Amino acid sequence: MKARHRRAVFIAVGLGALAVAVALVLKAFNSNIVFFYTPTQVAAKEAPVDRAFRIGGLVQVNSIQRQSDGVTVSFVVTDTAKSIPVSYRGILPDLFKEGKGVVAQGKLHADGTFTASEVLAKHDENYMPPEAAEALQKAGHKPQAAATLKSNP
Amino acid sequence: MIPWFAALAAVLILIGLYVSFFVAPTDATQGEVYRIIFIHVPAAWMSMLCFVLMAAYSALGLALNARLSYMMAAALAPTGALFTFICLWTGSFWGRPTWGTWWEWDARMTSELILLFLYIGYLALRGAIDDPRRADRASALLALVGVINVPIIYFSVKWWNTLHQGASVSITRAPSMAATMLLGMMIMALAFWMYTIAVVLARVRCEILERDAAARERFTGAQA
Repeated sequence: MKARHRRAVFIAVGLGALAVAVALVLKAFNSNIVFFYTPTQVAAKEAPVDRAFRIGGLVQVNSIQRQSDGVTVSFVVTDTAKSIPVSYRGILPDLFKEGKGVVAQGKLHADGTFTASEVLAKHDENYMPPEAAEALQKAGHKPQAAATLKSNP
Repeated sequence: MIPWFAALAAVLILIGLYVSFFVAPTDATQGEVYRIIFIHVPAAWMSMLCFVLMAAYSALGLALNARLSYMMAAALAPTGALFTFICLWTGSFWGRPTWGTWWEWDARMTSELILLFLYIGYLALRGAIDDPRRADRASALLALVGVINVPIIYFSVKWWNTLHQGASVSITRAPSMAATMLLGMMIMALAFWMYTIAVVLARVRCEILERDAAARERFTGAQA
């Protein structure tokens, strides 16, 4: 084996070992990297109880209710399997709509309701002109529905 | 060859921006705001590609002791850092009107920020070591270790729940965006490639001349 071959093998083995190490670290930190928990995970008690966390899912259709004070909003976050009622006081992002993705940060109460301190809209990776979206809707497809959610590892 | 790539980059950017702003349709959900994609995504691709190329040249340099290889790696770093910054910056500007936040510690964004720090660290490490050959080897090692971050950036949206949406364009399935939108994005990506090639070649030429001059100075200095 020539010196340069030895060095190449050394680099390849080193990179491989490093990749394995990083993979293990990421696996160990998995719960800290997760940006939000789905309602199913919350129902399975995977979410932290003692501190604030984020829940993510779709805003359930026909669930948005504005209170009479004008700034308090309540809605239901669902992942189509489980759902959580959320109340929030503040300004909502423009893309916040029923049937669309949402991520809310706040605290879960013992009665299963969630009080959010921050609400973010989550959009999906589909981009299309309005005409195409309309055509899809006519054809019975729900554009931008469950695509924002993915089954969690 | 450099002027050709530079000219190509300029022409493609003009065509790409024209397609982005005047040909591509408005998005159904996001309206006109989505047009940031035409800068944001090509910049993000370039930022990751530059680091992969840097690591490849670094590996080649370490294995073959090839000085030109190290110089290529070093020349790629500022451009990669620039695109990383553009990606984070435009991403922030896009996140505010759509998600409702400038910045969140989401896996995609955080790993891209780490990429920026890796670029800066690489450049700082090179700058901190006076002996060019030691600087080459030390920074090559950093590039090789840092390249692990690139697949993390790429797959972050798949592996974890993130605020950032998944990939619209991937090899495994049809792109989930309208054809003219995709066209605009691809032209911009190609333009960024041409820009990168032109700038990196110019930087390498400069580096070669500088090292040549430094070597000659050392040689004449030793003789005197």
